[in-house]
Amino acid sequence: MHSHAPAPTEEEIRGVVAPLASLEGPLLPMLHALQETWGFVPQAAVPVLADILNLGRAEVHGVISFYHDFRDHPAGRHVLKICRAEACQSMGANALAESTLQKLGIGWHGTTSNGALTVEPVYCLGMCACAPAAMVDGKVVGRVDDARMDRILAEVGA
Amino acid sequence: MKIFVPGDSAAKALGADDVADALAREAAARGLDVQLVRNGTRGMVWLEPLVEVDTPEGRIGYGNVTPDQVPDLLDGKLNGLGRVEDIDWFARQTRLTFARCGLINPLDMDDYGAHGGLVGLRRALGMTKAQIVQEVIDSGLRGRGGAGFPTGIKWKTVAEAEAPQKYIVCNADEGDSGTFADRMIIEGDPFQLIEGMAIAGLGVGATRGYVYLRSEYPDAIHILTQAVKIARQRGLLGADVLGSGRAFDMEVRTGAGAYVCGEETSLLNSLEGKRGTVRAKPPLPALQGFLGQPTVVNNVISLTTIPVIFERGAKHYADFGLGRSRGTVTLQIAGNVKRGGLFETAFGLTLGEVVNDIGGGTASGRPVKAVQVGGPLGAYMHIDQFHTPMGYEEFDSQGGLIGHAGLVVFDDTVDMLRMARFAMEFCAVESCGKCTPCRIGAVRGVETIDRIAQGDPDAIPLLTDLCETMKDGSLCALGGFTPFPVMSALRNFPDDFATFKEAAE
Repeated sequence: MHSHAPAPTEEEIRGVVAPLASLEGPLLPMLHALQETWGFVPQAAVPVLADILNLGRAEVHGVISFYHDFRDHPAGRHVLKICRAEACQSMGANALAESTLQKLGIGWHGTTSNGALTVEPVYCLGMCACAPAAMVDGKVVGRVDDARMDRILAEVGA
Repeated sequence: MKIFVPGDSAAKALGADDVADALAREAAARGLDVQLVRNGTRGMVWLEPLVEVDTPEGRIGYGNVTPDQVPDLLDGKLNGLGRVEDIDWFARQTRLTFARCGLINPLDMDDYGAHGGLVGLRRALGMTKAQIVQEVIDSGLRGRGGAGFPTGIKWKTVAEAEAPQKYIVCNADEGDSGTFADRMIIEGDPFQLIEGMAIAGLGVGATRGYVYLRSEYPDAIHILTQAVKIARQRGLLGADVLGSGRAFDMEVRTGAGAYVCGEETSLLNSLEGKRGTVRAKPPLPALQGFLGQPTVVNNVISLTTIPVIFERGAKHYADFGLGRSRGTVTLQIAGNVKRGGLFETAFGLTLGEVVNDIGGGTASGRPVKAVQVGGPLGAYMHIDQFHTPMGYEEFDSQGGLIGHAGLVVFDDTVDMLRMARFAMEFCAVESCGKCTPCRIGAVRGVETIDRIAQGDPDAIPLLTDLCETMKDGSLCALGGFTPFPVMSALRNFPDDFATFKEAAE
């Protein structure tokens, strides 16, 4: 859905971030707003943010690259996050992740060749009493076994 | 007819939305007048989706309900669990902080007020700053985020600092595996957090607050954001808190997937829009915190416990507990366990009682091998340590920590060398990079554990030495506490570190 959109212009970027400039500590809210709009943080946003916040471009880049959430390129049409943390591991999350990635023929952070799905690791979704857990486009799923995972993959067309 | 179907994300992860949809459809088809309430969870995740039907006898629970059971439920043919409050797992708890969680509609402020909400804040509005701080000190409340620092002492430092602006920052970056108490209370009783932050603001003279909530919790973000809006409309937040003429307002901020931002100084950097690197202490955040101003940084459970203390009195709260661990602990029983969920009780139960008696042993039915207490930076406890009472000092003496009180149970299929390696790997991925022992040490730790796995006996003393360095030399708990899971795995489960060596001999 995001992948074929034209690159955003400086004006469009300013339109998204400028309303947030009066916040205390506005950079993270701005980055979230950009990713919300385009599905990733466009490279063209770096000089704009640097200008608005009176920061160096390197500083802005440093913040974007520090956080796991911010992407520098579009993800697939759907994003599946599989929890890799201890509670999920105690219920077989490692095997689940391995078989899922194998079925899709991709690695962590990879996107299926039809562009339907990106798979990312996540460390804890707070579903530790109904592990193993996953999240599909912001929707959490608990006690995921192979059958449930197959249903998820079919639903997103992966 | 009033029916409750939890809107908590764990309940939703187990199909609560489908059950709610089926109920609404079926009720409409039958022309029944059903009022559907999306409450929080009662914490019995093992029974979710736990549907409750309001009857003259009380709220009757139905566990693990599926959408195709809905017609039977409405016909009265489904086997129930009786009154929810009488379910043994629930009845055995002392629910102070979580008293309303699962009981009320989380976004109904009148429902909140009808169940004791705002009593604490109204009382605090009649007290001086010093009296408020003293009440918290007298309660014995210690920070529930993990470090266990006395909350009242922190507040006193901020209250006595002179500054044009002070802040209340709520640490809701609950990244520890095995913990979900913050998520549950925010989703189930968000006004309680708002009330606790407002009391904190009155106590230390702060007019602004922030909740730093992790992006992995979209449901919690949604609910709390709505609750803040409602609180503002209803005059709980704003320039004139409950008509007192005193100001307090707050905002919800979303994290961005960095585990280290649960550390208070890196959280503050992140909130300011910087890389989430750790700051050296001193200066303490209490004196120079958010934007350099005096700041209270408290965990969600600490802040949501504040209204309880002001509603019932410091002494009532302090009367629960063990030794210097006062009040209740919100145990989160998780992982490979039969009856997982949130169990609030006075400090003092033993680890074995929690795992076997309350948790019912493993979900797989195999023997318990290890329990990691306190998140990814907590020790792996052996069943020989099951006599240890749940208390800060008691766990410390066993080479462990309580942390945010999450327990992850593992059965006998777990390979402890692999878990030790994972702890180092996790530290390497999540290290903020500021200090060398954590940044480099974690990478070397993975390599050293791989050498042990390949049968190199010299690597064991090297790992021990490396852990000492990380423990003593790291700036924060990420590098400093990663040795807890690693060394406890090595010490308590030596067989898992010897297999390959023996095979080679």
